Amino acid sequence: MARKISDTRRWGFTILAWGVALLIFFPILWTILTSFKSEADAIASPPKFLFFDWTTQNYAEVQSRSPYFRHFMNSVIISVGSTLLGLLIAVPAAWSMAFQPARRTKDLLMWMLSTKMMPAAGVLIPMYLLFRSWGLLDTRLGITVVLMLINLPIIVWMLYTYFREIPAEILEAARMDGASLRNEIVHVLTPMAVPGIASTLLLNVILAWNEAFWTLNLTTSKAAPLTTFIASYSSPEGLFYAKLSAASTMAIAPILVLGWFSQKQLVRGLTFGAVK
Amino acid sequence: MATRHQKTLARFMVAPSVLLLLGWMIVPLAMTLWFSFQSYNLLSPGMEQFIGWTNYQYFLSDPAFWTAMANTLLLVGGVLVITVGGGILLALLLDQPMFGQGIVRILVIAPFFIMPTVSALVWKNMFMNPVNGLFAWIAKAMGAQPIDFLAQYPLMSIILIVSWQWLPFATLILLTALQSLDSEQMEAAEMDGAGAWAQFTHLVLPHLSRAITVVVLIETIFLLSVFAEILVTTNGGPGYQSTNLTYLVYSQALLQFDVGGASAGGIIAVILANIVAIFLMRMIGKTLE
Repeated sequence: MARKISDTRRWGFTILAWGVALLIFFPILWTILTSFKSEADAIASPPKFLFFDWTTQNYAEVQSRSPYFRHFMNSVIISVGSTLLGLLIAVPAAWSMAFQPARRTKDLLMWMLSTKMMPAAGVLIPMYLLFRSWGLLDTRLGITVVLMLINLPIIVWMLYTYFREIPAEILEAARMDGASLRNEIVHVLTPMAVPGIASTLLLNVILAWNEAFWTLNLTTSKAAPLTTFIASYSSPEGLFYAKLSAASTMAIAPILVLGWFSQKQLVRGLTFGAVK
Repeated sequence: MATRHQKTLARFMVAPSVLLLLGWMIVPLAMTLWFSFQSYNLLSPGMEQFIGWTNYQYFLSDPAFWTAMANTLLLVGGVLVITVGGGILLALLLDQPMFGQGIVRILVIAPFFIMPTVSALVWKNMFMNPVNGLFAWIAKAMGAQPIDFLAQYPLMSIILIVSWQWLPFATLILLTALQSLDSEQMEAAEMDGAGAWAQFTHLVLPHLSRAITVVVLIETIFLLSVFAEILVTTNGGPGYQSTNLTYLVYSQALLQFDVGGASAGGIIAVILANIVAIFLMRMIGKTLE
């Protein structure tokens, strides 16, 4: 008897949860569906959900009207580049803060986090003017460095929370055995640190890929990543729903897939280890 | 245990991050502060001169500033209320036994990975457009007049779009926290005859408080500088109805070329963010102990 009730409950929750989940996911689903419609079907009233003439023409057209691939590559280079650069700088810092904490380490970490709270509006103007006089406007180098700087606190924090979980006794043991610092790093720490570094990489690539304040203000065409490219559909091309949908689908697909893989790391990473 | 040598090495390893962040904070901020006391327009180069507090007076007496202030607070507050409230409900739902829980989670988290320009454009055109949008069709199907969301309720529409992006984040974090709740404790409470509501207010909510604090902190950081959603949907309009502080500074500087005035606005934004930050850091410092 009890078993039956719990089954009914389970089905009830299943239907309710699926309903809510589909509602939340619907705008994405609708975008993907619309990207396969003709422009006429895209604005048909009543809307056509599945029964329309499926076409991939929009994808071809987006490609031919604008150098989509170049913007895609810009996104890849900028997001991966800024994250790798950030890791290069943050790994030593996080490592020493986790294993050789000083009296001030905690304050230092909080200070780093606080730099993240500085509103972009407060530094937009000087950055824009500096970039203009240095010839860095609309260059991949310039935007990569800026994205590295804005994500650096998150990278340091994430790495710190991962490194802190590596038991210090292992280091002591290696030292007792007379391992040199180099050996300690290569054979003991690196293997234990790699998962944390990989998670940090994944999450920060996602954040950099979707960053849309600095990319919109500091890039226009040559170095423009997908965020800026899509914004150019704002008007009047935005009225071509099918093409807009095709461009959008291509911009979000890679990161959506990466994102689904990163769910677990996301929680820990973005809460600075406070929620696991 | 650490030797002097190790200490030096440790400092050396931390130095690049600290110096870079220090530079990133201080150099542009000092420049913004300097510009804010100058009459400096990009259209008339070479005419810069020191004008004291005039930019601040101008900015603070501009009704657009106070509108932008109110909009910033409404935007942050509105999204926080929706995402934290909705997030708690959704997390409770997703924590129940069901079929296909993994897929449901994937569907719910998806909006968080959509870049702001895409979600803003999709909502603006395919849902909120008064002629061809899906909402307009629903309204017409029910015999009502379609609403031009972004013209009639611009700020509310933007709050809705931004909430859609951040609800998954809040849900995922709260769900993770919920799953670490001791089930034995829950069962004990149930045995003692505690009703669902009593269990929620006395067990679940206190357990979630830390996660809620974290969600509020992180979201506030990002929500104070919402920009792309406004740029793509309304351009801050109609009038200043959907202009927040970030967008106001942007338009003052890069659309009206008034570097001095925009800088004063930037400094005010920094001061505001600092007030919020001090408050939040204290809160998170306490819960993270």
